[in-house]
Amino acid sequence: MSVAKRTFDAVIVGAGGAGLRAALQLAESGMKTAVLTKVFPTRSHTVAAQGGVAASLGNSTEDNWHWHMYDTVKGSDWLGDQDAIEFMCRKANEVVVELEHYGMPFDRTDNGKIYQRPFGGHSQHYGKTPVSRSCAAADRTGHAMLHALYQRNVRANTQFFVEWMALDLIRDAEGNVLGVTALEMETGEVCIFHARATIFATGGAGRIYQSSTNAFINTGDGLGMAARAGIPLEDMEFWQFHPTGVAGAGVLITEGVRGEGGILRNNSGERFMERYAPNLKDLASRDVVSRAMTTEINEGRGCGPDKDYVLLDITHLAPETIMKRLPGIREIAIQFAGVDPIKEPIPVVPTCHYQMGGIPTNYKGQVVVPKDGDPNVAVSGFYAAGECACASVHGANRLGTNSLLDLLVFGKSAGETVVEDNLAGNLPLRPLPADAAEYSLSRIARLESQKNGESVFDVGLEMRRTMQKHAGVFRFDNLLKEGVEAILKVAERSKTTEIHDKSKVWNTARMEALELDNLIEVAKATMVSAEARKESRGAHVRDDAPDTPEYPNGRNDNEWLKHTLWYREGNRLDYKPVNLQPLNEGTEQIALAKRTY
Amino acid sequence: MSIERGRVRWQCRRALLELDLVFTRFLERHFEHLDEKQLADLDDLLRCEDHELWAMVNGSQPCGQDRWKEIIALLRQS
Repeated sequence: MSVAKRTFDAVIVGAGGAGLRAALQLAESGMKTAVLTKVFPTRSHTVAAQGGVAASLGNSTEDNWHWHMYDTVKGSDWLGDQDAIEFMCRKANEVVVELEHYGMPFDRTDNGKIYQRPFGGHSQHYGKTPVSRSCAAADRTGHAMLHALYQRNVRANTQFFVEWMALDLIRDAEGNVLGVTALEMETGEVCIFHARATIFATGGAGRIYQSSTNAFINTGDGLGMAARAGIPLEDMEFWQFHPTGVAGAGVLITEGVRGEGGILRNNSGERFMERYAPNLKDLASRDVVSRAMTTEINEGRGCGPDKDYVLLDITHLAPETIMKRLPGIREIAIQFAGVDPIKEPIPVVPTCHYQMGGIPTNYKGQVVVPKDGDPNVAVSGFYAAGECACASVHGANRLGTNSLLDLLVFGKSAGETVVEDNLAGNLPLRPLPADAAEYSLSRIARLESQKNGESVFDVGLEMRRTMQKHAGVFRFDNLLKEGVEAILKVAERSKTTEIHDKSKVWNTARMEALELDNLIEVAKATMVSAEARKESRGAHVRDDAPDTPEYPNGRNDNEWLKHTLWYREGNRLDYKPVNLQPLNEGTEQIALAKRTY
Repeated sequence: MSIERGRVRWQCRRALLELDLVFTRFLERHFEHLDEKQLADLDDLLRCEDHELWAMVNGSQPCGQDRWKEIIALLRQS
């Protein structure tokens, strides 16, 4: 069957911060650039980022990129690659100032410089004192960033394909990447986007968890496509959780609620944090609170009919205090938990927030895979940036404000590398295989003809429950082992999903079925990678790898200072070394140490 | 007109989880019953930025235009 073909120099999948930044680099260099996106660019999930973007401008307090690099390596629990981290921290000022020149409305100091505020984990003098490093546009930093980048792309003639879903990566027999197949929602037609370079900037896959702060759009499409095309996924066991999301909804309840005096209680009304953190109690750090909550739930002291959440209680606060200091939180509790927190406590659970792992890349944004004994061989024509990629700068745990920086630095870097590779003659428009669209068409045809199949909603729900129960914020060997079995069963069910709406155009049911195909790959990668890693590191915390003198924080560098690579084919794992060498010779390596704050 | 409905339904996918959750319930309860005028009003409302839309839905900001009021009320009930 023949399908329409469009040809570009570069095709970018995803129009959030990373995709738009990459597109800008290409379009401004004169390359014919297409951006495919499921939703209008300024509806991308980057909009939800509030905190700010890290850069050692030193406008509010003394700062430099060495300190930022130290904080990032330490935050990553030494799993981050030090060359990529050095690159990101050194480039931060440049990309932030560029954004300022694009018209980004940063908050300002009295003398007109970009105002900077402190943020958790960022410090001066290698961990000694807090630093003001976060550049923000009120609490709408991601939103302002997307608008600035989108406008600039319009000026540069980037061609947007809005409400298109990329389906599969196209590779030739040698493994070179030649573009993607994509579905246009308005017509229901599948089309080939043939290109010299393909950049994935599809964001994270936080929707694999039952409780997630991520919008519905975050279905890991790039990761699913990469995995199906034989590209491994790196460090997928590492997910950042927030302790207090509304149970059943995922909407965040900020730490500020506990700051105002909120108390966490179990099913007997006990203030359980007194047992876990006698001094700080409910104000202990995120990971301590999350683990305590999980332990209460796992030991049968959770609340509700399924005993699967705990309660955040502010009923002892004066109603006027709640109305005045926490009006947004009251609205969220009423809307999404159905309780007025003035009268009743809010059901909460640890909630998935950010994906540290992803498609393996180097600091140039090139996708890299093991080949002939070299763990990092670039896949010709394939690049990735942002949350879908693993450079790896976040390692086992991401610092706040480094995600927006990641988008800018590696979006730009991927774009620059494509321009350079093209100028060097390394990106010919290679011929498409005759069957370039066959795989995608067969997936669509399977969906169309499936009889007596599984409901997309039911399979998705089972996946999310399985991930939440077996690979949540605090992990147990037996649960992980059972989880691997369980998620493989869910994956089998996902092969026979059936949709009843067979209409060709604007078929949301079909979109959701195709999105589930992507999510399920991420879910398998996460569960299998987490089960195998027998240590605690960063966001991956195991009950059977506790803090001991031999293994501080449960971390075992002798055996586990390495990146996980999960391959879809054979559901197998491989590993590759962490790069502890900084990018430049003169840069001092951040030596291994225990991560304490 | 069925094509238009499908497009509007898809465009209820937003960048913020809060809105996705509200729209999920709205789509289940009200979407099929919207008349042509209400559908056009919803289509217009969906052009708002997500933070503004959420502020109107959660009541922290007044509704920006009279023609959106009915849909905002349905979203708030959802």
